[in-house]
Amino acid sequence: MSENPNNWPLWEIFIQSKRGLDHKHVGSLHAADADMAIENARDVYTRRNEGNSIWVVKSEHIHASRPEDAESFYDPADDKVYRHPTFYTMPEGAKYI
Amino acid sequence: MTDVKNLEELFQAKIDAELKIEPKDWMPDAYRKNLIRQISQHAHSEVVGMLPEGNWITRAPSLKRKAILLAKVQDEGGHGLYLYSAVETMGVSREQTIDDLLSGKAKYSSIFNYPTLTWADIGAIGWLVDGAAIMNQVMLCRTSYGPYARAMVRICKEESFHQRQGYEIMAVLAKGTPEQKEMAQDALNRWWWPSLMMFGPTDANSPHSAQSMKWKIKRQSNDELRQTFIDRTVQQAEVIGLTIPDPELKWNEATQHYDWGAIDWTEFNNVVAGNGPCNKERLAARNKAHSEGAWVREAAVAYAAKKAKKKAA
Ligand SMILES: [Fe+2]
Ligand SMILES: [Fe+2]
Repeated sequence: MSENPNNWPLWEIFIQSKRGLDHKHVGSLHAADADMAIENARDVYTRRNEGNSIWVVKSEHIHASRPEDAESFYDPADDKVYRHPTFYTMPEGAKYI
Repeated sequence: MTDVKNLEELFQAKIDAELKIEPKDWMPDAYRKNLIRQISQHAHSEVVGMLPEGNWITRAPSLKRKAILLAKVQDEGGHGLYLYSAVETMGVSREQTIDDLLSGKAKYSSIFNYPTLTWADIGAIGWLVDGAAIMNQVMLCRTSYGPYARAMVRICKEESFHQRQGYEIMAVLAKGTPEQKEMAQDALNRWWWPSLMMFGPTDANSPHSAQSMKWKIKRQSNDELRQTFIDRTVQQAEVIGLTIPDPELKWNEATQHYDWGAIDWTEFNNVVAGNGPCNKERLAARNKAHSEGAWVREAAVAYAAKKAKKKAA
């Protein structure tokens, strides 16, 4: 980040396109504070009614998993097929299950 | 530690498998540099591109045209922002990227160094300049760097009205008085060749193209895109009764494409080198806007600090 104190911090923008759906990451922008980030997000990311709710998070508060660890990190999920409903055999004739 | 050669092979394998590269992934230095240059140039083009059109906002011939032009120019500002954000994911600060534009170190598309002399130029820009940009941007929706591809998808959704409003302006003028038709033709005459130059040097003279194709930053060559643009646009000109200013333009049955004349690359190089009709004016306008906006940026920071203090108290 730059040293200039007049530079606005970076914010990550999440938009919910419709009631009931998840907020989805759409991009980032600079703003002096959260209120301004929300207003700017409206102008930058919802010019065509793309959303009805906006979340903003300072980019420095986002923590991410490390891509180089991806394989081992997600390993535990690989051998647990029993977490999926299709793993189970249902008795013939049972309904609504 | 995996050695660099190994990392490069893994990287290329990902690209070959059509997997997107994301900001935190390892990438070759040259890939990163290439993209920083390309995406920032693209961002600057969106921003500087607002200037020639902004020139006609107050003089649009009707309220409807004025509202449309305002919306289009606002979109272009948004496009600049999406792309500046994509550059930032590569670890370059926004301030640095903007400074490179303001100092003249960074380039932007040369097309924006031509003046908008009449209202018909607004039509020609939407039809031809946005039209040419769309060809390139549709291809870039499939570019290998994730944040760039996502910005492009967003941009492409917004672009099609830009081209259509421009073509409509030309169509209306071409159907108007003889003077209006003449004005449309004159705009087409002036914008045709610079629009073809937007696709960049011929494949034979484009030394970085092969590497960009291998990394799937680009997916089609300059000449391919240019030819498709010509084939489509000639037909559109015919429909509205305007003439493409190229005496050598001719349909080729064998290739199923138009043959066309030669681009004046001396003019292209001259404009790239900074000697186009409006290079100085454009850069001066950006610098003026940036320095005159300094107090706004400072005031917003001061106001945010004051609000935060009040909240804490
Ligand atoms: Fe654009
Ligand atoms: Fe556009």
